[in-house]
Amino acid sequence: MQQVPAIPEPLKLKKGPGSPQQIQDNLTIFLFLLPAIVLFLVFVIYPIFQSIYYSFFDWKGLGPAVDFVGLENFKKILSDKVFLKSLKNGLLIIAFALTLQLPFSLFLAVLVGRNLPGRVFFRTVFFMPYVLSEVITALMWLFLYNPDPERGFFNAIMVLIPGGEAQAWLADTNLVLPAIFAALTWKYFGFHMLLYLTGLQNIPEEIEEAARIDGANSLQNFFYITLPLLGSTIRTSVYLSILGSIQQFILVWIMTKGGPVNASETLSTYMYRFGFIRFQLGYGSAVAIYMFLLSLTFSLIYQRLTRKPDYLTGIEG
Amino acid sequence: MSRKIYAILSILLIAAFVLAACGTPATEAATDAPVATEAGVDATEAPESAEPVTVTWWHIGTAEKDTALYQAFADEYMAANPNVTIEITVLENEAFKTKLATVMQSGEPPDLFHSWGGGVMNEYADAGLLRDITPELDADGGAWRSTFSPGPLGVYSYLGKNYGVATDMGMVGFWYNKALFAEAGIDSPPETWTELLEDVKALKAAGITPIAIGEGDKWPGHFWWGYLITRICGQAGFEAAAITRTGSFTDPCIIEASTKLQELAALEPFQEGFLAATYGDEATAMGNGKAAMELMGQWAPSVQKDNSETKEGIGDDLAWFGFPMVEGGAGDASDGYGGGNGYAVGKNAPDAAIDFLKYLSAAEQATRMAEIGIALPVVKGASGVTDPYLLTIQAKTGEAKYFQLYYDQALPPALGSIVNDNVQALLAGQLTPEEAAQAVEDGFAQ
Repeated sequence: MQQVPAIPEPLKLKKGPGSPQQIQDNLTIFLFLLPAIVLFLVFVIYPIFQSIYYSFFDWKGLGPAVDFVGLENFKKILSDKVFLKSLKNGLLIIAFALTLQLPFSLFLAVLVGRNLPGRVFFRTVFFMPYVLSEVITALMWLFLYNPDPERGFFNAIMVLIPGGEAQAWLADTNLVLPAIFAALTWKYFGFHMLLYLTGLQNIPEEIEEAARIDGANSLQNFFYITLPLLGSTIRTSVYLSILGSIQQFILVWIMTKGGPVNASETLSTYMYRFGFIRFQLGYGSAVAIYMFLLSLTFSLIYQRLTRKPDYLTGIEG
Repeated sequence: MSRKIYAILSILLIAAFVLAACGTPATEAATDAPVATEAGVDATEAPESAEPVTVTWWHIGTAEKDTALYQAFADEYMAANPNVTIEITVLENEAFKTKLATVMQSGEPPDLFHSWGGGVMNEYADAGLLRDITPELDADGGAWRSTFSPGPLGVYSYLGKNYGVATDMGMVGFWYNKALFAEAGIDSPPETWTELLEDVKALKAAGITPIAIGEGDKWPGHFWWGYLITRICGQAGFEAAAITRTGSFTDPCIIEASTKLQELAALEPFQEGFLAATYGDEATAMGNGKAAMELMGQWAPSVQKDNSETKEGIGDDLAWFGFPMVEGGAGDASDGYGGGNGYAVGKNAPDAAIDFLKYLSAAEQATRMAEIGIALPVVKGASGVTDPYLLTIQAKTGEAKYFQLYYDQALPPALGSIVNDNVQALLAGQLTPEEAAQAVEDGFAQ
């Protein structure tokens, strides 16, 4: 950009900050960025400020917002049992994801990353659910969970097991969250597996080989070499998983609408219920602001806590 | 220097968008308001080769025969009025509610859209999103208005103005499987709540699922609560609690209705997994003969057929009885709880949309809808209902001294949604009748 052909003498342009040439360069850059900036402003920044604005109103979403209530919405949310329930459900899903989903994905990644026969096939199979749309996934799992043993796959199996009986998976307030989590895991483990696979490929074989020569067995190799070197990948995967859990909506909404009796309510379904079913858009906006603050605080703290130790920077990409 | 340019440009950009966002709707609204009254009259007689207009129409007739018939209506109208193009959007019930709420919030309603009238429609009318069609109804000495039964048409009016018309109206009642009732040794349908509970027990004892319900969708369950209140509190009791607010939802008669509902739920009369089931699941269970009864509106037989494996439903085994009397209740035996379907008119609707609505709501079209069992006509001179049970419903709907529109439509959306949520919680045993009552009261306070 700076290597501009020689400028004709008579103009005697100065180069440097503030020179016409510099302005022109900047203008060019600006013009190229313009479409992206416009889209970003209109579809990301503007709605955020709009939500903040509406969250101070008792507003039905129709016509202009006029009924200013200050922080009333924010106070009401915190005293609503259903909101606290959805927050708790969100934390439960995060806990499940971190303790079950991610270790499982890592395990599979290590399996199909090694010289397992047919690993290319397995890699494709494991990644397939992630390619499906969330709506299709949700509908598919709805069929699987059908309470009628003649129609639902899981109950068809349950009745075959001696002593087992058909369960109303999505209708039982205790079973519904684990049931939805199973669908979520099925949908997303392939994505995390792919992340880990990429991470594994970045680990130089020499290091593992050196460890082996030094007498490390495969378990030691995994815990002392592979796992630490996967550090940044794991951090990314944990980060995406937690944010995804906070924002989970489609699967839950289609499968249960947050029910029965709020047993599978997440922050997103709670927000949606008020915004679009109860027509309390001001209140819904305030919920959105809480979600935004939650995600933002989490992101900032997480990034601070997981800053890369220096000794790893050389190896990882 | 360059920074300033960025800053100025960004501010300009933002300003441009803000202005653009405010600008468009205002101009559109201004253009079509004045022409409304004069054009309405002559549109019926002379479909002169006027400017091309497009009418957007959203309906929820997703079953094949519904979709085909509505398309035929549109095609016929377009053939007679070559300048009019009717763009149909077919949406599934729940998806429709969501999508409509979204376009309403953006201030761009479709020209004609499905509506159950009542509280939700009033909300839109308050926000100025609907077109007042009172002048068209009253034109020519009320020629169009006089074709309707006043009750059903009233569901689509608010503060003395009409914003749409009804095409179908009926009371909710029990659709039951005669063969399964006979199998359980029940000779005649129950006439009191106590008898209904006895029948439920008999059906359970015979190993039959007594009641199908799609409580995951919530509204099917609210029919039960609404009907119990209609029977126990009567018109005066409900209107005191919900409309005049001289009473409240914590009144003893409403608590009693909730208690009765939980007495029923305690018998575990519903199909397995009912709390997560959809209305589609409910209709499937009925259509395949897997449950003995459902409390549902006049559309139930056609949906049962459509959802059954054979596409025939349970045929002649299907019969109907009205909601039984509750001992000691204040309600009259003729009182009904129900509603129907119709169309509301969006604020930007061209006159052609109203003219098409006239065509759509005429006796001839009502008859054609009735013939395939998708509506109980509300206009005079329409026939086509042959099913004896639908004829009963039609007659009873007309005779009702007090006809209560579904609560989840009659009440404002926030309250309707609380009612639906509450009934699910009551059926799941997660709320006591008192807590449920208080939750509705809190909804009023908001």
